[in-house]
Amino acid sequence: MSGVQHSPDAAMPLDTARGAHGVQPALWYTAALALLALLLPFLEGVPVIGWLASPFQRIQLTYGLVFSIAALAFNLLLGYTGLLSFGHAAFFGGAAYAAGLLVKYLHVYSMEGFLLAGLTSATVLAAVFGSVCVRYTRIFFSILTLALSQVLWALALKFFWITNGTDGLSIPTPILLGGLVGTAGDKVRFLSFTYYYYVLFIFFICVAVMGVIAASPFGKALQAIRDNEVRAQFVGIGVRRYRWYAFVISGAFTGVAGALFAPLNGLTTPDILHWTFSGKIVFMTVLGGFKSFIGPILGGVAYNYLETYVIKTTEYWQMLLGIILVALVLVMPQGIVGVFAWGSRRERRNR
Amino acid sequence: MPLLFAQGLRKSFGETRAVDGVDFFVESEELVSLVGSNGAGKTTLVNLLSGLLVPDAGSIAFQDTDITAVPVRDRIRAGIARSFQLVNLFDQLSALDNVRLAIFSRDGTTRQVLRLAERNRPAREEALEVLRDFGLEDKWDTPAAGLAQGERKLLDVALAYALRPKLILLDEPTSGVGTREKGTIMDAVAQLVRERFLAAVIVEHDMDVVFAYSHRIVMMHQGKVLAEGTPEQIRADERVAAALLGKA
Ligand SMILES: Nc1ncnc2c1ncn2[C@@H]1O[C@H](COP(=O)(O)OP(=O)(O)OP(=O)(O)O)[C@@H](O)[C@H]1O
Ligand SMILES: [Mg+2]
Repeated sequence: MSGVQHSPDAAMPLDTARGAHGVQPALWYTAALALLALLLPFLEGVPVIGWLASPFQRIQLTYGLVFSIAALAFNLLLGYTGLLSFGHAAFFGGAAYAAGLLVKYLHVYSMEGFLLAGLTSATVLAAVFGSVCVRYTRIFFSILTLALSQVLWALALKFFWITNGTDGLSIPTPILLGGLVGTAGDKVRFLSFTYYYYVLFIFFICVAVMGVIAASPFGKALQAIRDNEVRAQFVGIGVRRYRWYAFVISGAFTGVAGALFAPLNGLTTPDILHWTFSGKIVFMTVLGGFKSFIGPILGGVAYNYLETYVIKTTEYWQMLLGIILVALVLVMPQGIVGVFAWGSRRERRNR
Repeated sequence: MPLLFAQGLRKSFGETRAVDGVDFFVESEELVSLVGSNGAGKTTLVNLLSGLLVPDAGSIAFQDTDITAVPVRDRIRAGIARSFQLVNLFDQLSALDNVRLAIFSRDGTTRQVLRLAERNRPAREEALEVLRDFGLEDKWDTPAAGLAQGERKLLDVALAYALRPKLILLDEPTSGVGTREKGTIMDAVAQLVRERFLAAVIVEHDMDVVFAYSHRIVMMHQGKVLAEGTPEQIRADERVAAALLGKA
């Protein structure tokens, strides 16, 4: 569907306003992928896709899903509201640190506790940062978000007796659902099976909720602000207030991702608070395609594979990232999603 | 008191006195045309009335309430809507969504976060009806950026219309559109004024249109009101003829 260039929700299965033409295949792909993800742990040894089902690969995918949540949340601001934040590490890292501090000081090992602490701290941080940042747009907004998040990074380093400085806080295997599901002693088994499913379900919830937000009247108002601030004002939308709402919602979901990341990584170090980590979230989103709803999902997963496999093979990893980013912006601004949409357009034309 | 009443409005940009001591009023159910050569100050006056600009001096009252310093959003709430000389649309959104946003905002439903916009059937029906009124129903799914210039102008007016204002300010709604679409826009506006008891201020260069549709005409020149009256009075006014000739 040619709408991909114009509307950020063109590739989104939830928007029933789109012609059945574009929606049906997208829905099918989504359903197929979801099913594959659900069955994955049982597909070991199956030809073609069996390699994806190994415990190592499932942990990789878990990382990818966590990044996808963060990228989706980030894109509520970039793709939908038109604000480029360079401070999302603060919400991701802030939430992960909240989990770490919960362990260190309150000896809480409950995953739901981590999530609650992460969500709350990210929301509060976003509410405070947002109240300053949404007064500005464009480069000023970006720089302010970057600066504020760097303050948090510096604090994490300075208050080392609380945060353990560069060593970071270690996160033990958490208790899921109050011990209802297996807390097997085997860490790999835990992460690649129990925790994989845990993350997968939260991922589904996040995608569904953010999908509805994006297609809600509120989400449309954000897109209106992105497209034309003056006109948004002249249909009666409180532009600054809505930007703040978007900022807080985006920060909150990024916090969910950060809380999920903490036990997966087993450690929270200041680098997930650093602005370069914000840059990674930007990168994932652009890689997947910030003009569609599902783009950041693909971007998060793809980015993780890039990092895992490319970082091993080259010492020019950072440079490679830069080159990819330049190529993306210049040649395929629609990201991975754009390539798929282009492919399906060609296919249809050839029929 | 008239519906809208402005007194002694002034606005300068550096040395340029764009609006230089203008008194202006609109009665309810009245269609007022604002005419004048390029740079006369028409757009600036509309900007002052709609709240895009704050006057250097003077006051504006709407329904007997002072709104001189009231922000845009509250003027919209009070019932003043406007369209733009240079089209202002939500370019990546479909024509339907453009109109629907005005409706959501008017109804206060842009606050709904966890409900699909599509589920709001009445809003969808109403938006489609507005598009029909402006002859854009076939283009409901087209992003605003993909519409032809004339269609964009129509949609710009449709957004203001969808807010169901008491007073609508249209800055050159028919510039750059075809003759047939000119009729569509003006008929829609005239019908609104009649059926919804709405008042309208229309900035317009086409004097045929002005004479055909207006109840009253206000002519501006170099930031001041040069002449004012019914179409008959204006037609007979020599100063107007001179100013118009000067422009042509
Ligand atoms: N934002 C601005 N900054 C500086 N000068 C401005 C600005 N807006 C308008 N002006 C000047 O004010 C004067 C009146 O402009 P305005 O746009 O109100 O005229 P107009 O009657 O709408 O003309 P037109 O028929 O060309 O649309 C012009 O000399 C214009 O150059
Ligand atoms: Mg003008």
